This record gives sequence, C-alpha cells and structure tokens, in this order.
Amino acid sequence: MPCRRRPMAEQAPAFQYASLAQQDEASTLGMWTFLATEVLFFGALLAGYSAYRITHPALFAEAARHTRIVLGTANTAILLTSSAFMATAVEMTSAGRRRAAAVCLAFTAALGIGFMLVKGWEYSLEYGEHLVPGLNFDVGLHGGIAELFFLFYFFATGVHALHLTIGIAMVGGLALRSASADPPKAISVRMIGLYWHFVDVVWIFLFPLIYLVGRNQ
Amino acid sequence: MMHGAGTENYLNAETTLRSWLLTTDHKRIALLYFASITFFFFVGGVAAALIRLQLITPYGGLVGADTYNRLFTMHGIIMVWFFLIPSIPTTLGNFMLPMMIGARDLAFPRLNLLSWYLYIAGGLITLSALLLGGVDTGWTFYEPLSTAYANGYVVLAVLGIFIAGFSSVLTGLNFIVTVHKLRAPGLIWYRLPVFIWSTYATSLILVLATPVLAMTLLMLAAERLLHVGIFDPALGGDPLLFQHMFWFYSHPAVYIMILPSMGVISEIVPCFARKSLFGYKFVIWCSIAIAVIGFLVWGHHMFVSGQSLYASLVFSFLSYAVAVPSAIKVFNWIATMHKGWIRFDAPMLYAFGFIGLFTIGGLTGLFLAALAVDVHVTDTYFVVAHFHYIMVGGAVMGYFGGLHYWWPKITGRLYPEYWARFTAILTFFGFNLTFFPQFILGTLGMPRRYQVYPPEFQIWHVLSSAGASILAIGYALPIFYLGWSILKGARAPANPWRATGLEWLTRSPPPPHNFASAPEVVRGPYCYDEEGNALPQAAHG
Amino acid sequence: MYGLPFWPARAGAYAGQWDKLFIGLLILAFLTAGLVIFLLILYAARYRHGSKADRSNRTRKSWRFEVSWTIASLLIFLILGAWGAHLFVRLYQPPANALQIFVVGKQWMWKAQHPGGQREINELHVPAGRDVRLVMASQDVIHSFFIPALRIKQDVVPGRYESLWFRADKPGRYHLFCAEYCGTDHARMGGWVTVMASRDFARWLSDQGGQPSLAAQGAALFRRYGCSGCHGQSGAVRAPRLEGLFGGPVPLSDGSVVIADDRYVRDSILLPKAQIAAGYQPIMPSFAGQIGEDDLAKLVAYIESLGPEKPRGQ
Ligand code: HEA
Ligand code: HEA
Ligand code: HEC
Ligand code: CUA
Ligand SMILES: [Cu+2]
Repeated sequence: MPCRRRPMAEQAPAFQYASLAQQDEASTLGMWTFLATEVLFFGALLAGYSAYRITHPALFAEAARHTRIVLGTANTAILLTSSAFMATAVEMTSAGRRRAAAVCLAFTAALGIGFMLVKGWEYSLEYGEHLVPGLNFDVGLHGGIAELFFLFYFFATGVHALHLTIGIAMVGGLALRSASADPPKAISVRMIGLYWHFVDVVWIFLFPLIYLVGRNQ
Repeated sequence: MMHGAGTENYLNAETTLRSWLLTTDHKRIALLYFASITFFFFVGGVAAALIRLQLITPYGGLVGADTYNRLFTMHGIIMVWFFLIPSIPTTLGNFMLPMMIGARDLAFPRLNLLSWYLYIAGGLITLSALLLGGVDTGWTFYEPLSTAYANGYVVLAVLGIFIAGFSSVLTGLNFIVTVHKLRAPGLIWYRLPVFIWSTYATSLILVLATPVLAMTLLMLAAERLLHVGIFDPALGGDPLLFQHMFWFYSHPAVYIMILPSMGVISEIVPCFARKSLFGYKFVIWCSIAIAVIGFLVWGHHMFVSGQSLYASLVFSFLSYAVAVPSAIKVFNWIATMHKGWIRFDAPMLYAFGFIGLFTIGGLTGLFLAALAVDVHVTDTYFVVAHFHYIMVGGAVMGYFGGLHYWWPKITGRLYPEYWARFTAILTFFGFNLTFFPQFILGTLGMPRRYQVYPPEFQIWHVLSSAGASILAIGYALPIFYLGWSILKGARAPANPWRATGLEWLTRSPPPPHNFASAPEVVRGPYCYDEEGNALPQAAHG
Repeated sequence: MYGLPFWPARAGAYAGQWDKLFIGLLILAFLTAGLVIFLLILYAARYRHGSKADRSNRTRKSWRFEVSWTIASLLIFLILGAWGAHLFVRLYQPPANALQIFVVGKQWMWKAQHPGGQREINELHVPAGRDVRLVMASQDVIHSFFIPALRIKQDVVPGRYESLWFRADKPGRYHLFCAEYCGTDHARMGGWVTVMASRDFARWLSDQGGQPSLAAQGAALFRRYGCSGCHGQSGAVRAPRLEGLFGGPVPLSDGSVVIADDRYVRDSILLPKAQIAAGYQPIMPSFAGQIGEDDLAKLVAYIESLGPEKPRGQ
C-alpha cells in the first residue's frame, strides 16, 4: 500500500485529504479541539480550588501570603515575553525567514527553561519552610487548611510545569530543525505556537488565583 | 482467507500480523477494537454472572463480602469504561463514520491507532489491578472510602481508566475533525445521517467531559499515594466535591453511552420501515441538545448526599429538561413507522427492543429525578434496574442491532437470519426477566451493593438470576452464528438491505480506501419513494 | 413463606403521601410506555411489508407534531418535578420541639444516643406519633441512614452533621439499612427501627437503666477536655461564654453572622480557625482527631442545654 504512510513530499497531502489546505485546516481544528480538552482539564482543578477558597476565604488568603509574589511576577513576565518570541517565530516561518525563526524559537525555549528554574527555586524555598504536603508539610505550624491550599498550589503549578516541559521540548526541537536543512512546515510551527500560548494563558489564570488572593487585605 | 474473485478489500490487502497491529486503516482499527471490546464485555459478564449467582440466596454463600464487593466494582468499571463507552463509537463509528461521509479514512489515522493502543494499555492495567487483588470501591470511587479505607489496588485501576480516558479524548477529537473537514462534496451538514450527528455529539462530550474525570482521578490518586487530604474532611476537604467532580463527568458519560445507540436506531428504523426519518432536523438537534444540557444535571446523583436544597431543586428541574429531547426522539421513530413498509429483519427487532426498553428505562429516570421519590429509591435496586434498562436494554441492544445491520458490510458475509431473529427475541425476554424484578426490589427498599439481604426479597432475586442465565445465552449465541457466517456465510452484496447511505455504495467488504473517488452527494439520507424504494445519497462509489 | 411482596411497609403519614406520588408516576409510566408499545405493535402489524393498508397521504409537515409532543412532554415533566419537589422540601423543614437523637455511623454499625443518655447499636427505638429529629455524624466514610418503611434516607458524610426528621405512626419493627456503600460489611450495617406507642417507649427508656443524660455526660467531658479552662467562669484567657449561645445569632470576625446550630458548634470544636467569633483572638486549639463523634455529640448536647432555647425533647 503505497499511500498508507504519510508521503514526505511537501506538496502532496496525505491520501485522505483532497488538498494541502484541507489538511492544514484539519490539523488546526485538531489542535483547537485538543486545547478545549486542556481547558476542561485545568478547569476542573481550578473549580475545585475555587470551591475551597469560597468555603475558607480567610484561611486561604492567609496561606496564599506564604507564596513568593516577586518570583511569581517575574515568571509571569518571563512567560509573556516568551509568547511574544513565539508569535514572532510563527511570523518569521511564514515569511520564510528561517534563520530569524530559529533564533526566536531558541529564545522561546530558553525563556521556558528560565521559568522552570525560577519555579524550581521557589519550590525549594517552600520546601525549606515546610510547606510541601506529602513531603514535609508542618500542619502544626501552618494549619490544615493551609495544607489544602498548598496541595492545590503544587498540583496546579506542577501540572502546568509538566505542560511547559513538553512545550520546551517541542519548541527546542523546532528551533534545531529550523536551523537545519530540513526545516519544519509552517503549520507545525503554528500549531506548537498555539500550544505554547495556551500554556502561557493557563499561567495567566493561575497567577492571580494563587499569588494575588491573599494580598488585598 | 476471504479472497472474493480477485477483488482486493481491506481484509485481504495485507494479511500479516504486523499489518494488523500497525495498521492505520480505520476499518481494521475498528476490528481491533471489536475484538478487545468483546473480550471486556465477557469479562464484565462473568462478573455479572457471579453476582447473580451469589444473590440467589439471601445469606450469600458463594463468595465472601470482600470478594463480592470486588466483583461489582470490577463489573461496573469494565462495563462502563472498557465496554460500553468505547463500544459503538470505536467499532461501528470507526468503521462507518468515514464511509458514511464519503471519506477515505479519519482525519488522523495514526492518532486512531494510538487511541487503540492507549485503550489496550489502560484496559490491561485496570484488568491487572482487578485480578491481582481487586478494587473494592464501587465504580464510583467515593471519597474518603477510596483513599483512606479501601484496601484494593485503587491507584492501579484508576491509572488504567486515566489512560483509557486519553484514548476516548483522541477518538472524539479525530471524529470531530473528520466530520468537519472530510465530508464528501455535496454532503452538507443537513444531509449527514443521524448516526454521524449523534457520533459527533458523543465526541463533543468525550472531548469536554473526559478531562474532568482525568483531573479528578489524578487528585484521587495523589491523595491515596501521598496520604494527603484533598477531599478528606479531616483537613477541611470536602468529600462532596469529589462527588460533584465525578458526576460532572459521569452523567455526561451516560449520554456518551446512549447517543451512539440512538444514532444506530435512527439508521435502522428508516431502512426497515422503507420510509424517510420523521422530523430529521428535530432528531439531530435533539442529539446536540442532549449533549449540551447533559452537562448541567450531574447533581441528580446527589439528592440525599447533603447538597443544598436549592441545588437539588435546580438539578431536578434540569433533569426533566434533558429528558425532553429523548422523548422527542422516541416519538419520531414511531412516527417514521407510520405508513411504512415494515420488515422484521434482526436489526429491526433489536431496534424494537431498544425503543421499548429505553422508554421504560427513561421513564424510571423520571421517577429518580422526582426528588422525593429519589430519596426512597436512591442506592437501591431501583436505580440498578433503571440504568440496566437504559444501558443493557437500550445501549447494548442498539449496539447489537448496529452490529447485525452493518455485519454484511464489515465482513462481506450474511449471517443466518433465523438465528439472529431468535437471539434478538430471546435477549429481549431474558433481559426483562432479569431486570424487571429489580424495580420491585428497589421499591421494597433493597439497597444496592448488598451481598446478603433480608430473606423476604429472595423471590425477586431468584427471578432476576434466572433471567440472567437466559440473557447470557442470548449474548453467547451471536458468537456462534456470527462466527459461522465469517467462515461459511453467503457472500453479501454491496447493499443487502437496500439502504440509502454512502457506506452501501462500495463493495462488501470495502476496498482499502473505501471509495475509488469521492462520491458526489445529491440528497439527504433516508430518501425512499412511496413504494419504499431507496434513493441512494449518491450515484456511485 | 413471605408471599410475593410488592409494596414496602408503611409506618407513617409521609410514607402514605410518598405512595400517592409514586402511584401517580406509575400510572403515568404505564400510560406512556403503554402508548409507545401499543403504537409500535399497531404499526408493525398494520404496516408490515406486504400488507395492503392504505399508505396514501403520508404526513410530511412534521413541526406541528414536534411542537405538540415537545410541549406535552415538558408540561407533564414539570408537573412531576413540582410534585416531587413539594414533598422533598418538607424533609428540609424539621418541626421545632422534635425529639432529638444523635446517631453515629461507623464501619459497620449505627450507634444511637438518646437525650436521656440511653444508647443502642443497630437498633433505634422511637415513640409513635411524635416528631423525631436525628442528628447524624460519621466516624469514617460516607454511610446512609435508610428506613424504607418511612421512605426516607440521608447520607452521612464524615466531617459534618446531617439531620433527618420523621414521624412514625404505626408501632412495629422496620428495616434499617445502610444504603451508601461503605466497605466490606456494608450489607450487614443495619438493623431495626422499633416504633412504640409512647407509653411503651417511656417504659423502654426507663428500662435502659439510669445513666446520666447526654448533656450531663457532656458537662463532664467539657471539664475533662479542658474546655472549661478557657470557657469557664474563671477562664484565664479571653474566650466567649457559651451560655445562651445555642440557637442564637453569632457575629463573626469577618462581619458575617451565623446561627449557632449543632453544625456550627461542631465546626467550632474541630475547625476553630474557620469561623472566629467577633472580638476574640483565634487561639482556640483544634480538637480534630482527639474527640470522637460520640463525645462530640455529648459536648454539643451540653452546649445546647446551656442555650436560651429549652433543650429539645425533654
Ligand atoms: C446510558 C445511560 C443512562 C441514560 C441515558 C440515563 C438517562 C436518564 N437518567 Fe439515569 N442513570 C444511569 C444511566 C443513564 N441514565 C446510571 C448508570 C445511573 C446510576 C449511576 C450509579 O449510581 O452507579 C443513573 C442514575 C440516575 C439518577 C440518580 C439516581 C440515584 O442514584 O439516586 C437519576 C436521577 O435523576 C437519573 C435520571 C435520568 C433521567 C431523567 C434520564 C433521561 O435522560 C431519560 C430520558 C428518556 C425518557 C424520558 C424516555 C423516553 C420518553 C418518552 C417515551 C416520552 C414520553 C414520556 C412522558 C410524556 C412522561 N439517572
Ligand atoms: C455498562 C454496562 C453494563 C452492562 C452491559 C451490565 C450487564 C449486566 N449487569 Fe450490571 N452494572 C453496571 C453496568 C452494566 N451491567 C454498573 C455500572 C453497575 C454498578 C456497579 C457498582 O455498583 O459499582 C452494575 C451493577 C450490577 C448489579 C448490582 C450489584 C450490586 O449492586 O450489588 C447487578 C445485579 O444483578 C448487575 C447485573 C448485570 C447483569 C445480569 C448483566 C447482564 O446483562 C450481563 C450478561 C452478560 C453475560 C452473562 C456475559 C455473556 C455470556 C457468557 C460469558 C456465557 C457464560 C455465562 C454464564 C454461564 C452465566 N449489574
Ligand atoms: C485555649 C483556650 C480554649 C480552649 C481550651 C477551648 N476554647 Fe473554645 N474558644 C476559645 C476562644 C478564644 C474562642 C473564640 C474565638 C473563636 O471563635 O475561635 C472559642 C470559641 C468557641 C466556640 C464558639 C463560640 C462562639 O461564641 O462563637 C465554641 C462552641 C467553643 N469554643 C467550644 C469549645 C469546646 C467544646 C472546647 C473543649 C473541647 C473548647 N472550646 C476549648 C478558646 C478556647
Ligand atoms: Cu455504612 Cu454502607
Ligand atoms: Cu445522571
């Protein structure tokens, strides 16, 4: 069966598609559908978190004051910048400027790694304060509801970090390939870009929910 | 093998084991699913058989309490996640969806294969948990029993379900994109067969509800592994939050199970009544309405859980709202038969069974949605009977109906019609004998998940167990005559039922890429003239 | 031996009303299912392939039919929903002055404590013709207290009080089940509810021997757990007096006001930091994990007995 495997030539669509345009549309829709799934995945987590925050507003606010607002804000800035680079990389790829695209992609991935380093540092500080449920949380010191808060904190940021790691690997791969003789297709860059922006947006939701709740009193 | 006079089809194109295990052909993947799902159905069935054996006497005796608890947990988990949810979408859907829209495959064939591997991986992991020592939480995994008290392999079982969930999501995603982007020329949305619409609606639920289950199970596993309390009241957590999250998925999931079956029935009824489907647009929009409203009624599983009175009132009302579209469908199927030319082939007999049993199951759903009634019958056999009427009498009947309907297309063979009709009727009677007594048991107050019970309930349990053995025969028979048909059955023509859909334009079994060229669709589905002659959706295949 | 049981025993007036609702639903279900099945059979017979029935003038316009059966179903559904809700709401309105009994569920038994201090396990004795309110808690997992003859049931979720009220009229012995799956011996977690004429009930109470009342036991515990150290007359720390607390409004430090019911008192003991009484420091330690549900029930009964409201059921 010659057409069972996807043909490598850039021009021909896979056998089930009539045209390349149709194939690209399908991939894009697929990515958006996948992101819809992700929204519900994180949505479930945030809904649970919000439910508890409504039942224990004061204690959650108190616990939230243990988070490092400076590091959180820095990370927000880092991710937003990375998204700008990602968007530029998509533009550059469509324009055929492969070198520029490779550079932008490299910056994107590097900023992602930067985010992870900051996050890791933050985690280690929290470990030092006995704030890690399941490992060393000190209920006597912080209280049971604070443990609940930190459970959600680690769960949400952990799952986010996992998504980011996957993103870094994919963007890094794109950067390498953009600089090589076999550059990625524009559609691949666009789709991974979509994913990257999504992971960024998740953080935009996590940041105020986690870091800013306790700060307004 | 099945070499039909030198014609190449998807079955004989390649015959190595590798060509099956690495196939990206949607039709072969459908068969891979078919084999695995049948396997899980029988595993779940054996557990059901043991449950029914145990309940013949009020004092237990066959197995102990812990074993019994593991049995119904295993039965529920396997039947829900590894049989019924994947059943129609991944087998009949996988096979027929591209054919019915005139496509050569799904949008992402390799993703489709990945879905199957994920399903198998999840299935084996969960099965191993169930066999290693079992899980004793019930399929609902209620907190804090499942994290702090249950002593089975909860995390392993949950992991398997989690992985199978990804399989569901990817399948749903694949279907959505395929329906949007790969329809044949001329096949506008309002010309799509109802089966496609309901598979589409199902896919929406798969894609949007499954991730919530994934997150819920993840939190459950974390709580159990790390001994921390996310839902544990000792830490200020709330066990009811778990129930909310679980049912937010699991209620929509019941529509994942029924919508595809409704789609199958909507194919069978017009074909065997030789008449176009009554109220086509209403039927399809009802599928979408069920999918959407279905997301808003989860709280009806929690009427006595201690959720607030107002929540209960709202959820009760919405449960009635979601029942309306189902009612519309039933009436439309019946109206389709009016002044038709009705034939009684096996698929149609299953369709009759479906309509009757689904109606009874659905009506008892209305009992459950009536708040005060639910207080008495919740967590009793009334609920057990309700959902078996819908899931076994409805969804599984629809699945068997669809299987018989498309069997000639899938295998290229005809099965012995008399055996098939006999089995359909036998299943119908066996089914009613098994589950009707359970309504009475529930009304009397017999709680579910009981391995011993007060002796005055015995008579109904005995009847139920007797029915189950008839039902078991009804499910075992198709193995023989369908198996026989593959080996010895007469060859099927391209369109044995003289139906109108695109899938009947190609040979039986279809060639590897379904259509030589994309069919030009000229009319909607289910067009029959006054004499009941079919007007196919397109001229050639 | 038992005949062919079709209907559960009926031990109270509410059960009678429930039965009416259920019968109403049954009639409706038989009518609709009957209609559906009747039409299926009728059409299958009349329009079977090869029959000579008249098939001219088929209905083509469908929306009139669609609209009418949609509206008809919706209306019927609304009536059902309203009827079911009407009865249900009553379960949320316990009458004042009900006899209050504490019930604790644990794997796998039900323990009941009467106000007079009488205790029983997997049995519940109640007087006929009198409102009874159960205050229920769970020691471990979720259980569900189910009396089929009264058509009532309530899940008991650990970490909070649930209440359930009823009025039984007909003396007799009725099944008591645990209806929420709770582990190994879920099926054996049940027993009997005995409804007795009030004279018999009084005799039964006194036959149980003379223990101190629940509130009196609670008073002893109040000293033993050290509560009185802060809340007592000569408390060294500034803590609110609990006399007159129960049943009245309590202003909290975040500005809201709650009613001090059994749930509030329980939460104050186990999660004192969650709701702080206005004007006090959050210094009260949590007693979570130290006081079992049995003792909690006694403490609550004691604090209730200090309330302005006359302690119920005495
Ligand atoms: C495929 C699966 C499926 C489907 C489709 C449904 C459909 C419905 N279900 Fe069911 N349900 C389950 C599977 C399903 N259910 C399962 C598995 C459970 C238990 C889970 C567990 O606890 O383990 C459950 C439990 C369950 C409960 C909770 C019971 C309890 O635990 O206390 C309730 C309560 O409201 C309910 C209601 C309904 C309603 C109103 C519908 C409606 O959608 C039904 C609509 C259909 C009709 C109404 C019939 C056709 C209509 C007519 C012929 C019209 C004429 C009628 C009139 C005019 C009156 N279901
Ligand atoms: C989704 C689909 C599904 C299906 C298809 C079934 C099918 C059946 N179910 Fe199941 N059931 C559930 C979903 C399903 N069930 C769920 C979700 C629960 C709740 C679990 C929980 O509480 O956690 C449940 C619970 C449940 C109970 C309640 C247990 C309890 O609460 O204590 C009972 C009791 O009778 C039961 C019976 C049956 C029977 C007799 C069948 C029959 O239809 C099965 C018939 C099939 C076979 C028997 C196999 C085929 C035949 C053979 C292999 C031949 C050999 C067999 C013999 C010789 C007997 N089921
Ligand atoms: C260390 C001192 C201390 C001890 C010991 C203590 N309490 Fe308290 N209690 C307080 C203080 C201070 C408050 C008010 C602040 C608050 O609401 O938490 C309070 C509030 C309460 C309230 C809520 C009263 C209101 O006005 O809202 C109840 C009920 C209560 N305690 C019961 C108990 C019981 C029962 C015990 C023993 C098991 C106990 N307390 C032990 C200090 C204490
Ligand atoms: Cu306690 Cu079931
Ligand atoms: Cu539901």
